[in-house]
Amino acid sequence: MPKNITLQFIPYATIAYLSSYQRVKLLIDLTSENKILLVQGKLSPQEETDLISETMKRIGKSKRFKGIELTSFIPKVKHLTILQNMVERLASTFGNRDILTVIGPATIVREIRKDPTKIQLFLRK
Amino acid sequence: MIIKINNFIQRIFSNLFKKKKNVKIGLYGPTNSGKTTLANRICKDWIGENMGKASKVPHETREIQQKEKVQIKSKKGKILNFNLVDTPGIATKIDYKDFMKFKMSAKESRKRAKEATKGVIESIKWLDDMDCVLVVLDSTENPYTQVNITILGNLAARNIPVLIVGNKIDLRKSDVKKIEAAFPQYDIVGISAENGHNIEEFYESLFKLVK
Repeated sequence: MPKNITLQFIPYATIAYLSSYQRVKLLIDLTSENKILLVQGKLSPQEETDLISETMKRIGKSKRFKGIELTSFIPKVKHLTILQNMVERLASTFGNRDILTVIGPATIVREIRKDPTKIQLFLRK
Repeated sequence: MIIKINNFIQRIFSNLFKKKKNVKIGLYGPTNSGKTTLANRICKDWIGENMGKASKVPHETREIQQKEKVQIKSKKGKILNFNLVDTPGIATKIDYKDFMKFKMSAKESRKRAKEATKGVIESIKWLDDMDCVLVVLDSTENPYTQVNITILGNLAARNIPVLIVGNKIDLRKSDVKKIEAAFPQYDIVGISAENGHNIEEFYESLFKLVK
């Protein structure tokens, strides 16, 4: 494991206007550089499978790259009114910025555990 | 006029004798959840033969396996014909060193890892071809994993009917309720593919899934 760990925050604005291909490529390129990514927003199901497929291709090509760990964290806000709920749902159709996606290289991140209130990253020794 | 009548008669006859297409049922899930063991159970119960080799070593199934024209009968006498597709387990990481823990040589392990990466890509490609999917989860493991969420999210996006199978209920650590809590919007059946616990309920659920 490298001595320094880089956590890179990727704001929603950085990925919002990229195509799915560009988005997946950016994320996998950065993860291949041993960076742990904190991405504002969530990938679509298709992008998630594209990311897994691209990860598998990279493992086949590189000796160092072993894959990724990823998770999306959706904070649950209780006691929303009906109107607030509708606004939330409408906002999520345009890309929910409250969601945080964590992606890390498997050579550094051993496991990601999450529950509705926190994400835990277990790193390799 | 004669041509029109001729076409009409042809259409009626072709519809009468057209064989109903076999539905394609896929087995999806993370590695070591028991997909091939379940495929073997189904095939053994209804056609008297195994489908593939199952083992404790991850990524034992590295290629798509298909068994065509499987026919099962419900208690009420209904018949269901389908093609069963067993897929390699989906993972986000593969390290050849993990295979060496199972007494494999480095060379063998590297080969297996390479084949496993191709297997995951194939599994994902085949998602579009499925009519229904059985998502097989190990009920002794934490169901809140990104692989499970990604598989189910993709199936939902494609409008493919899903039955979640909580496997390994014969084991002490098994907790099907945890799967039910994680995915409350899905039909879930707990079974042991290895020793056949609750397999009758599974077959009934399969009929409901394909109806």
